[in-house]
Amino acid sequence: MAHWKTITRRSFLVLGAAVAGGAAFAAYKITEVPANPLVPGPDGVPLNPWVIINGDGVTVIAPRAEMGQGISTTLAALVAEELDVDWEQVRVLHGPPAQAYFNAGFVDRMSNEPDFIVSQRPKAHNAILAAVPKIFSLQVTGGSTGAIGGFVQMRLAGAGAREALKAAAARRLGVAPETLRTEGGMVIGAQSFTYAELAAEAADLVPRDVALRDPSTWRYVGKAMPRLDMVAKSTGTESFGIDTWLPGMKFATVRMNPRRGGAMLGFDASAALAMPGVAQVVGLGTGIAVIADTTWTAMQAAAVVEIDWGPADYPADTAGMLVKIEAAFATAPDSRLRDDGDVEAELARGAGSGAVIEAEYRIPFLAHAAMEPLNATAWVKPDGSVEVWCGNQAPIMTRDAIAGALRIGAEKVTLHTPVMGGGFGGRTDPVPAVLAARVAAAMPGTPVKVTWSREEDMTQDYYRPAAIARMSGRIEAGRATALWGRTAAPSATRNALARLVGFAPPGADRGTVEGGFDQPYGLPNYRYDGHIADLTVPLGFWRSVGNSMNAFFLESFIDELAHAAGADPLAFRLDLMRDTHAPSAKVLETVRDMSGWDRLRRPGFGRGVAFCYSFGTPVAEVLEVQETEAGIRLTRAWIACDPGLAMDPGIIEAQMTGAMVYGLSAAVQGAITFRDQQVVEQNFPDYDGLRMHSTPAFEVAILQNNGGFGHIGGVGEPGTPPAAPALANALYDLTGIRARELPLNRQFGFAL
Amino acid sequence: MTVTLKINGKPTQVDLPGEVPLLWALRDGLGLTGTKFGCGVAACGACTVLVDGEAVRSCQLAIGDVAGEITTIEGLGQPGNLAPIQAAWVRHQVAQCGYCQSGQIMQAAALLAANPDPSDEDIDAAMQGNLCRCGTYPRIRAAIHEAAAMMKAG
Repeated sequence: MAHWKTITRRSFLVLGAAVAGGAAFAAYKITEVPANPLVPGPDGVPLNPWVIINGDGVTVIAPRAEMGQGISTTLAALVAEELDVDWEQVRVLHGPPAQAYFNAGFVDRMSNEPDFIVSQRPKAHNAILAAVPKIFSLQVTGGSTGAIGGFVQMRLAGAGAREALKAAAARRLGVAPETLRTEGGMVIGAQSFTYAELAAEAADLVPRDVALRDPSTWRYVGKAMPRLDMVAKSTGTESFGIDTWLPGMKFATVRMNPRRGGAMLGFDASAALAMPGVAQVVGLGTGIAVIADTTWTAMQAAAVVEIDWGPADYPADTAGMLVKIEAAFATAPDSRLRDDGDVEAELARGAGSGAVIEAEYRIPFLAHAAMEPLNATAWVKPDGSVEVWCGNQAPIMTRDAIAGALRIGAEKVTLHTPVMGGGFGGRTDPVPAVLAARVAAAMPGTPVKVTWSREEDMTQDYYRPAAIARMSGRIEAGRATALWGRTAAPSATRNALARLVGFAPPGADRGTVEGGFDQPYGLPNYRYDGHIADLTVPLGFWRSVGNSMNAFFLESFIDELAHAAGADPLAFRLDLMRDTHAPSAKVLETVRDMSGWDRLRRPGFGRGVAFCYSFGTPVAEVLEVQETEAGIRLTRAWIACDPGLAMDPGIIEAQMTGAMVYGLSAAVQGAITFRDQQVVEQNFPDYDGLRMHSTPAFEVAILQNNGGFGHIGGVGEPGTPPAAPALANALYDLTGIRARELPLNRQFGFAL
Repeated sequence: MTVTLKINGKPTQVDLPGEVPLLWALRDGLGLTGTKFGCGVAACGACTVLVDGEAVRSCQLAIGDVAGEITTIEGLGQPGNLAPIQAAWVRHQVAQCGYCQSGQIMQAAALLAANPDPSDEDIDAAMQGNLCRCGTYPRIRAAIHEAAAMMKAG
């Protein structure tokens, strides 16, 4: 039977083989795989940290969390491609917190250069940076990096397991492994063996050589695979974190200070404790929890606890916050990541025979509002250990935060990461897991499921920042000659990292300016500045992060320049892009052709286009709107994207469509506002998304020209940034009114 | 206090006060977790179940007031024995995070029971109370049309 040491050693050699093949990075320390966290059990034998052989198939341990983006299916397909198992034999699970599951894909997010330039370089360019995700145990799902990090790693896991199984069969038969082949979960030779028959022996064997298959032979990668979670999600049998069900469990909810970060000065729980079914009211320092027989009872009781809340340390309302954001323009820029030509000299030429255009844009705070409210289940055991179930994007960090809160060693924390009912960046913080563990500690021996009400989920979120942008540009002879963008916002990255890891990284804050400074527009004079506002509202990573802000600013302003130049807005963009980055230009041409751009303009309709290169993937979107008696309708949308290697076109189409719906939902009606230091929007009636009847029809084109072979762009987020400007530009086309502030329902009447 | 409900064809006793919403009786009282909590105010449709074939928001229906037979997603079909509408959902690969899909499917099942051949406008009208933050609406629409065709073909 397999045991820890041999598995660990074998895992190291599997990846070591890749170095010889040139597929991984150069330094020895970097390629050494950390300990295998999997322990052999009666149900299966782990051959490495990612592959468990079961009696009836294979279980893939996906190192990234599934929150709807389909990553578990794609990562499993990469393993299955090399392991020669039928798709029906494949299951997928999330792994435990472990360094083995670090996300190598984050190397693509660690540069302050524009992505469209980084994408064109060989991966080896990042050899030093490549060590960072592992050294810091970055077991994090985010940044649209899952498939990027898994592309080599998961295929090696499958190939290593395959070769070990062949070696086991070869030893039984007394032949060389090269004489054997694999198919359908079997090693085939003079005599054939199922993988299950060989697994225990294979676990002790070291494959001599592991070569990855030629892409021309791929059966799964590059095809739309049936998602492994689809049947469960269509039958109510998927177990989300909120569905955790343990014998004898209790149900709880929390009510935290609505003035975020403020103290709790005192509370009176007598009315709550008098309610039938209420077991306990637990003080949590900055809020309370109620433990009861049902979640509903807990929520009813939490509402009647009388609490004296202390104040937060931010302005009373949204207007006061915008004053602080605006004040950041008077401070020195935090970043100037793009400064081509001489913007100031060009703008100083004045209108002359052309024109100088200036505009200011404003966007609000946004909530994530995933369908599954925040929740976590915790069970403090008699020996002081704790078991926690919580959908999360960062298992090691979450585990360590639980351990810290309970003052126990990390080895006493067992953390499960169930699939998530949406994330959109909103499940990075360990808060739900930590609070659940603290609540369960008040009732040792009893599992307690803590569920946030929708109101708590929305008002205790970590928001996308509000921001203001000031844009200046000059045109002459129908062309843009200068563009100076300045974005002022509190930094989501610094705010979140200070909270999550205790310090904010030094250097320019890319998140404030991404989507603005890094676009493949070949303007001769192009500068982009970030100004950081001193504002302590809790912030986090919202799908596409800074790109969601700056794409609206830049793409709206490019549209303004095009109209001032008397040019077609799509052709105007193409002119700026064609010589800078051909795959981006091709994406624009594709969306032009598929939408029939030139024919879209007709009475009663408007059309808008927008583009953004984010997370390694250029995306162009065209949106058509229609004036109707009921209001403005969003009728049709076209998306063209180029992620380089398209690993699963079905999932990519779903992600692009969903990401645009997410962006349009926010653009039309999304705003988190503050009054008396408290978030005003409480539930979906105040913070809604597009619905069936208000969502346009979609057509998606997936190109594969970007980067060299093996370039993989993200797909979960890049569909979001162009959505808002495409809509604003379409509304201008329809009405002649330029929207410079979101959400758009403050200015336009939609048919919702 | 014990309330008896007929759920998925079976009389089922739940030991909770009559004012507890059906959603929480299903989830916390009976462990039928296929029905989801989304908003608690009938604004998202995640908790939709059928009562005598009608789509109902279970977060707003007290168990003491239930007057009919309840069908939840667990009663519609199971893995290995999918209802036509679930098979259409799988064929169109509708779900992303999947959290709202129980409610979407129950709402669509009620629609198809009342209207075996719904137009796009019928689908818009029936489904507008069901929120999907992943934006799976285009595939939901396609799956409903296909389920209608499958059911017509028998």
